[in-house]
Amino acid sequence: MTKNHIYFIKCVVIIHHLTEVRVSKTIYKGDYFMIEMENVYKTYPNGVTALNGVNVKIDQGEFVYIVGPSGAGKSTFVKLMYREEKPSSGKIMINNYDLMEIKEKEIPFFRRNVGVVFQDFKLLPKMTIYENIAFALEVIEESPRNIRKRVMEVLETVGLKNKARFTPNELSGGEQQRVSIARAIINHPKIVIADEPTGNLDPETSLEIMKTFESINASGTTVLMATHSKSIVNRFKKRVIAIESGLIVRDEHRGEYGYEV
Amino acid sequence: MKFRTLTRHLKVGSKNIIRNGWMTVASIGAVTTTLILVAAFLALMLNLNEMAVNIEDDVEIKTLIDLTATEEDVLALGEQLKQIDGVDTVVFSSNDEELESLISGMGDQGNAWQMFEQDNPLNHVYVVRATDPQNTETIANEITALNHVDRVVFGKDVVEQLFQFNNYARTIGLVLIVALVFTAIFLISNTIKITIMARSTEIGIMKLVGATNGFIRWPFFIEGLLLGVLGSVIPIISILVGYYYLDSSVSGSISFSFVEILPFNPFAWQLALIVIAIGAIIGVWGSVMSVRKFLKV
Repeated sequence: MTKNHIYFIKCVVIIHHLTEVRVSKTIYKGDYFMIEMENVYKTYPNGVTALNGVNVKIDQGEFVYIVGPSGAGKSTFVKLMYREEKPSSGKIMINNYDLMEIKEKEIPFFRRNVGVVFQDFKLLPKMTIYENIAFALEVIEESPRNIRKRVMEVLETVGLKNKARFTPNELSGGEQQRVSIARAIINHPKIVIADEPTGNLDPETSLEIMKTFESINASGTTVLMATHSKSIVNRFKKRVIAIESGLIVRDEHRGEYGYEV
Repeated sequence: MKFRTLTRHLKVGSKNIIRNGWMTVASIGAVTTTLILVAAFLALMLNLNEMAVNIEDDVEIKTLIDLTATEEDVLALGEQLKQIDGVDTVVFSSNDEELESLISGMGDQGNAWQMFEQDNPLNHVYVVRATDPQNTETIANEITALNHVDRVVFGKDVVEQLFQFNNYARTIGLVLIVALVFTAIFLISNTIKITIMARSTEIGIMKLVGATNGFIRWPFFIEGLLLGVLGSVIPIISILVGYYYLDSSVSGSISFSFVEILPFNPFAWQLALIVIAIGAIIGVWGSVMSVRKFLKV
């Protein structure tokens, strides 16, 4: 082995050691759940209590519905997942990040592991479909070559390769939602969170969207979906978590929607 | 920061400037007005200051010696003058020398004085200079108290008036400049606020997909900086052109021969540099203000 080799190995060892130390602040070792909450409370500054001691564990690769009446805390629950909101107290670990202790500076890097899809798509109307998806990688300073490659890959995944040059307004609701899904998964996130993704779509389109989520889930990504759609929950049987008055009142695998529409 | 990222920020920042249309024009106009006034005041103040310092350096106390004083008295007085605190130099000038300088100083009209060459009415003089021109008055008072001193002459009023005028000008100028700078900052921060509002969806998405705060802020800093720097273009041109003509007309003119202004090179260039720096600071400050307030990233 030459001197250079030894030097290189030393460097690697040092760097490894450094990153270990840095990482251990927010990450604990060993087996872990993708999402873990213990006694999570959330009270907003205006005094409204949205979560009243939530305990939940979600494994990697699970597909979970979050159901419950409006104003029960569903939205808050979902917002905690991508650190849009911080719990008032309790313990929350997501993808090995301790979201109670996470530093402001680390939040962007945490979010790169979480894809989010909304009811209203949140696409930029002046950009083409291609640009809308590429945008997600541009702003995290990915190289142009990787961006081009990844955008074409996800467009293929959601079946919109031929619509790359269109603008969002030229697409149907279902297609727009698929664009927003493509944007959410472009960074290979560990978790995809969807807040009422089919809320604005007709039943038939909703089925297509569900199939897209299922295929994402099949590749090992954890999927969390807040929904009001009885037909979807009852048709695509998954784990169902029901939230009422800020508490988890039901948590069953292959569950039913359980509410009258 | 990667070069590619920097070019992206530059592109986005300049696009915002174009997109904001009239607000951009208003902010640049505010910066331009501010900077033109800043430049004019700076030029005036620095020149007045320079003049005052020049005149101040020339301040000397003429000690007119009593006509009845003997040669010994004169020598003794010279020693006494040197003893006074704060006196730098003491130079003797006889009445003949005084007459000569009077005649040469008057030019053609000085010839009339030549008839006094036979019977010189002037006093012998000690020319006293203070180490620190500020002490001139105290020293002059001390000298008056000495024996064989007829009276003392020094250009007190001119200097004091100049300094006073200078102080007034500086105070008024500063107040005006500070007020204008704040107006400009306010307008720039409003312009950038509009950009932030218009781009709130975009910023929301950027946050969602994990863009760092620095990455989100940069285009706004660049927008502010560009507004400030663009606002300094017209002032800089006016400084360079205006001062060039002022300098050449004042220096070349006989009627202004007693006025000496700071030379175009390097003064005008230094002024231009100051102006662009102030413009940049105004711009960045304005953007920092609105970014902090409206972009709680």
